[in-house]
Amino acid sequence: MTHWITTICFIALLISGGEIVISHPRFYWGETGNDLTPVLFKIPIPSSRNLVPTGYGYVLPDQNGWSRYLHFEAAWAAVLTGIVYAIWGFLTGHFRSNLFPAPTDRKWGAFLDVIAKHIRLRKSDEADAFSYNVLQRAAYLIVIFVLFPLVIWTGLALSPAFNSAFPAGVNLLGGRQSARTLHFLVSVILVLFLIIHVAMIVSAGFASRMRAMITGISVAPAQQTEEERT
Amino acid sequence: MNKISRRKFVTTGLAATAGVSGVAAAASLAKRYGLLPPDSGGVFGPGETLTYAAQRLLTKHSLAREFPRTMISKVPFPNEMPPLSDDFKRFQAGAFADWRLTVDGMVARPVSLSMSDLRSFPQRSQITEVVCEEGWSYIAEWIGTPLIEVLNASGILPQARYIVYFSMDPDWWDSLDMADAVHPQTLLTYAMNQGDLPVSFGGPIRMRVPRQLGYKNVKFINRLTITDSIKSFGKGLGSASPEGGYAWYAGI
Repeated sequence: MTHWITTICFIALLISGGEIVISHPRFYWGETGNDLTPVLFKIPIPSSRNLVPTGYGYVLPDQNGWSRYLHFEAAWAAVLTGIVYAIWGFLTGHFRSNLFPAPTDRKWGAFLDVIAKHIRLRKSDEADAFSYNVLQRAAYLIVIFVLFPLVIWTGLALSPAFNSAFPAGVNLLGGRQSARTLHFLVSVILVLFLIIHVAMIVSAGFASRMRAMITGISVAPAQQTEEERT
Repeated sequence: MNKISRRKFVTTGLAATAGVSGVAAAASLAKRYGLLPPDSGGVFGPGETLTYAAQRLLTKHSLAREFPRTMISKVPFPNEMPPLSDDFKRFQAGAFADWRLTVDGMVARPVSLSMSDLRSFPQRSQITEVVCEEGWSYIAEWIGTPLIEVLNASGILPQARYIVYFSMDPDWWDSLDMADAVHPQTLLTYAMNQGDLPVSFGGPIRMRVPRQLGYKNVKFINRLTITDSIKSFGKGLGSASPEGGYAWYAGI
């Protein structure tokens, strides 16, 4: 349930965030930055604002109004859902038993095993249908406990009112423009994770994974075919 | 077959009911304590209300970051402006000697202030950042009169809830709640970086609200109206911004 709310929120945040970036596709480091200051990097796209020197001869329509409303509403929904998920995850032991690497896997060799298996294109074990391997566990842990908190932190550091109450939030990141750049970069990493995440589900059998995610019941491939025959 | 237990159905149902009634209770509480923004209707209302309510509870008295003089932007960025009207150009030609700031509505003594009247009020300067919703920013020193000084001088009535401020540019008007109106950093700015406030930055008078985004910092201010209800201004959404699709509260 929390997963699907998060999915909707993530897509909403991605679309609206993209729209907001279009109004100023230039990124800076430090406290300040604008059309008159040097960039750290810029995205080679046209802008929805006239004054941005993009090199393109035209200006895109301004979509920031609804994008901003949607971005913040989706952010609230995502954060509230995340809190519910985190409480549930700790109470039920989901993090401990399903996401933290199993005791035998807490060494670098375990990572190498999984990577080697993938490189040799070996078919996954039957056990993989029921639990995550160590590489997956590490990826999920990084997303949940590093990237999500980071994207929330860098996002909050863009709020002038929030910064007035908690100035350390933005100062620790190196200033407002650094926070904005980091917010963008973390979002890019999350999108890359999303692409791999979806690709893995497709390769593991879209129908069976979706059934498992929606009903909570996991069926191993062999068992599944047998069931379908009956 | 799918073995979703009855218990799971019951708990999900209970959680959903609790969630919905929780939201309803929160909305009525928000209204009671003045935590509903004027643009709290519509699909984006819940998000806006959460933001506004949370920040009013967290940031009532907090001060926007002020910076050392060395961090003032060498070349501040003047944003794009619509063409100036002929009326405005006449004021500009006269060095704004005839410019008036009128204060009316729920005040004991409506006044009309000249620039020199405004300059006779207590002065405050601050080195703060202008942050645009598009993403860019710059730092400047802003010099002016705290809004509260002008409000007090005209005898603001206790039932006041919003300060509505108007620009010479008829498309642009906005409003502040009392928390931001009495905030010491909310300035009627008339000077910037050791000179008069340039027209390109909103001169002769610009509302400076450093805890909110740039678009709340309306240029060419010529009228303040104090009111207990925002409903009768424009479409009743608190400012020109929501009418153009942007949030009234710009503290994010």
